[in-house]
Amino acid sequence: MKLQEHTKSRHNFEECMKCTVCTAFCPVLQANPLYPGPKQAGPDGERLRLKDPYFFNQALKYCLNCKRCEVACPSGVAVADLIQAARIKYDHTPPKLRDQLLASTDMMGSLARPFAPLVSFATGLGITKSMMDAMLKIDHRRNFPKYSGRSFESWLKRRKKEQAAFPEQVAYYHGCYVNYNYPQLGKDLVKVLNALGIGVQMLEKEKCCGIALITNGMSAKATRNASHNVAQLRQAVLERGLKVVTTSSTCTLTLRDEYPNLLGVDNADVRESVLLATRLICEKLEKGATLQFKADYHKKIAYHTPCHLERLGWGVFSERLLQMIPGVEFTLLDSACCGISGTYGFKKENYDTSQAIGEALFSQIRSVNPDVVACDCETCKWQIEMSTGYTVMNPISILAEAIV
Amino acid sequence: MKPNEFDVIIIGGGITGAGMQRDCAMRGLRTLLIERSDIATGATGRNHGLLHSGARYAVNDAESAEECIRENRILRRIAAHCIDETDGLFITLPEDDLAYQQTFVDACRRADINAEIIDPDLARRLEPSVNPELIGAVRVPDGSVDPFRLCAANMLDAKLRGGQVRLQTEVTGFIKEGDTVKGVHTHNHLTGEDVDYLAPVTVNACGIWGQHIAEMAGAKINMFPAKGALLIFAHRVNNLVINRCRKPSNADILVPGDTVCIIGTTSTRIPFEECDNVAVTPDEVDLLITEGAKLAPSLSETRILRAYAGVRPLVSADDDPSGRNISRGIVCLDHEERDGIKGFVTITGGKLMTYRLMAEIATDLVCKKLKVDKACQTADVPLPGSEEKSYEAVAKKIWETPTTAQKAAAARMGTRAARIRTGNKRDDALICECEEVSVGEINAAIDRLEVSTLTDLRRRTRVGMGTCQGEFCACRAAGLLAKAHGCVERERKDLDDFLQERWKGNFPIGWGDTLREAEYTQWVYKHVLGL
Repeated sequence: MKLQEHTKSRHNFEECMKCTVCTAFCPVLQANPLYPGPKQAGPDGERLRLKDPYFFNQALKYCLNCKRCEVACPSGVAVADLIQAARIKYDHTPPKLRDQLLASTDMMGSLARPFAPLVSFATGLGITKSMMDAMLKIDHRRNFPKYSGRSFESWLKRRKKEQAAFPEQVAYYHGCYVNYNYPQLGKDLVKVLNALGIGVQMLEKEKCCGIALITNGMSAKATRNASHNVAQLRQAVLERGLKVVTTSSTCTLTLRDEYPNLLGVDNADVRESVLLATRLICEKLEKGATLQFKADYHKKIAYHTPCHLERLGWGVFSERLLQMIPGVEFTLLDSACCGISGTYGFKKENYDTSQAIGEALFSQIRSVNPDVVACDCETCKWQIEMSTGYTVMNPISILAEAIV
Repeated sequence: MKPNEFDVIIIGGGITGAGMQRDCAMRGLRTLLIERSDIATGATGRNHGLLHSGARYAVNDAESAEECIRENRILRRIAAHCIDETDGLFITLPEDDLAYQQTFVDACRRADINAEIIDPDLARRLEPSVNPELIGAVRVPDGSVDPFRLCAANMLDAKLRGGQVRLQTEVTGFIKEGDTVKGVHTHNHLTGEDVDYLAPVTVNACGIWGQHIAEMAGAKINMFPAKGALLIFAHRVNNLVINRCRKPSNADILVPGDTVCIIGTTSTRIPFEECDNVAVTPDEVDLLITEGAKLAPSLSETRILRAYAGVRPLVSADDDPSGRNISRGIVCLDHEERDGIKGFVTITGGKLMTYRLMAEIATDLVCKKLKVDKACQTADVPLPGSEEKSYEAVAKKIWETPTTAQKAAAARMGTRAARIRTGNKRDDALICECEEVSVGEINAAIDRLEVSTLTDLRRRTRVGMGTCQGEFCACRAAGLLAKAHGCVERERKDLDDFLQERWKGNFPIGWGDTLREAEYTQWVYKHVLGL
């Protein structure tokens, strides 16, 4: 008798054993009863949607896309992908103005940069927050990231020659946050890599990775960004022979996994060359490279693994890297979602859910009482800083601070 | 008239019996339906669920083809909530003779079936799962029909019109006075009671088992049992029915039915004694997968949920006891004329598609015997639940913003979904997560649709038909049934039987994910629930 050697289905939805462990691990379900949960929204709902798109449920928009369901699944079902793919395929409601604004991180960055101090000042005002709340349904309790007056790109451009002199080279996909909001993180990366004898190049012209476009119902634009970025990655990886590093866990996941899995943009020839910088550095150090650390450095650090880094399985590199720094008192925080999930927590309708999800993390941070919280994700940073008052630093910035 | 006296007794709770009871009830007769187990347990529930356009029969059996297309149009009118108007393709593969396509289309047109030759490219676009190597395609008005739902709706309508139903009740003999059948002796398997029912006419609508019933009444019918095996895939691979455009053969129909799709069938003569216990063999599974993959190549890599088999109620023509001249057509026997047995009618042969016509023919005969002059209305009056054309319309009328479970309930129950208790946590809780069946919907079925076991409940609500095959829903539903029947012990036994029955369907295809899931189910029931 012939047995089927293996069975497969889109995003593996048919391989679901209905064990429901994803539901137990879903942070949204515990905070928002309107959300059907990953199993129902994912593999269960998919069977009905295949019968008729009519069975698509608008409540899928409450999914954070944190991917914790995928980490939990023992059967390899891409639960969050199923949910996001269903939103892309079946939800044709045009995105609201607010969602368009929130999702256009690079456009907003370019517009705000020339007036950065003014914009940062204005978005911090109570009156502006109330107006945005009333007009756009962006929650007034949310703090906005500050904009930087000078972009990271222009800073690095001026150091092109100096960087080219290093014996080893990498390309850096900095993302919108480093370019428009916080160039210091990029500068910290350059400092650390330079200390390891590695020069930093830019991609010719990178665009926003597009994750916010995907989750805000603008997948066509996300796909255009993806095609553009993959061409850029190819140019760097295949023509220049470089690895591409990042400092944002979500940009990394998007470039590597969301492009092929959700947008159908093939990146197989470059995917393995896209790395979070902590991984590259950690592996270098473990292979014998050395960094010269400050003798008197001391810091109590609580490390929060961003959900998307857990999905990549790479939290361990950031953890190990921080623990290599002499004088660091390290606490690994329990695996938990901070609740903001990019633009999700900015929306008025999600604010309470967002804060409820993050509460376990916040209270653990308070009880650990560290000098600083370490985390590889910029939106986790905003959320934790706003909700706990503790400063959050990228492990790369901590490293930069700790070396001579 | 005494409580056990009726105008007509119908034996057999398949689609023919249920349709017959509805027709009789609509013509004002006092009816009793007797079924030894549950509705739709025979051939009714063990086929593809294909809403034939008739195209499959067009070349070889013009009469069946014409019946099918007429009934196809009628069912779209009267049974909207049981039907999925998908359309179908007849595809020609490189190994098939393309010349047959024209013969086929001509025959379809003669039978008034709208068969349209379309470009293979268009076929690939309309149905992305279709074998891309096809060299020809014809589009026909095939669809799918849920036989359980159709059967339950007919029974329900008869009940609403005063008909009575005795399920789990077996006819043990006939009450005869001379050459006249006066009624039946019965035994109720649930209560253990023996009861006699009387009526001037008794109708044998037992499909393949009609041979045995007729024998009890003193008549002889030669049935020729032919087993057909089918496989259920765990999700809808196709949205159009896919057939092969060639002479009908094995495993050449793939039907999308609700959340799954079904490939079939095989055809094997079996001895009459085996009718009660048919099993699917490894050879049949091989054949179904191999041939199925020719219709839609992805089937070879798609998870299979279950295998099952049914027995076609084929009848040999009266003048040919040898059985050489087997008919798939409708056979209505007036035993008074044929065998000199008064008050006894047999309706058999036919198919799911033509159940309504079979019921009409037999009811006409019953009315003639009872001297009742009422015309048949079953072709015009919608079944209960089918008053709206689509489930979208149903759901919109009942709920402002229906949840997925409410949408699914509207698709299953049609307008009757309005009777589901909803709007509170308890009633809205899901019993079956795969198919999205709520506590309210289960309770509505228990209230109205003659449910005594979990298997009965499955036929009426799709509980346990999803990917998990009862892993989670069975014990939850058992709780509701125990409450409804007031007996925990009986329900424990029922749960056990139900899981055995689910495993029976998993066993022939017990590999890969389905085996993993069955193993997991076992852990849940044995080690977590201690059953």
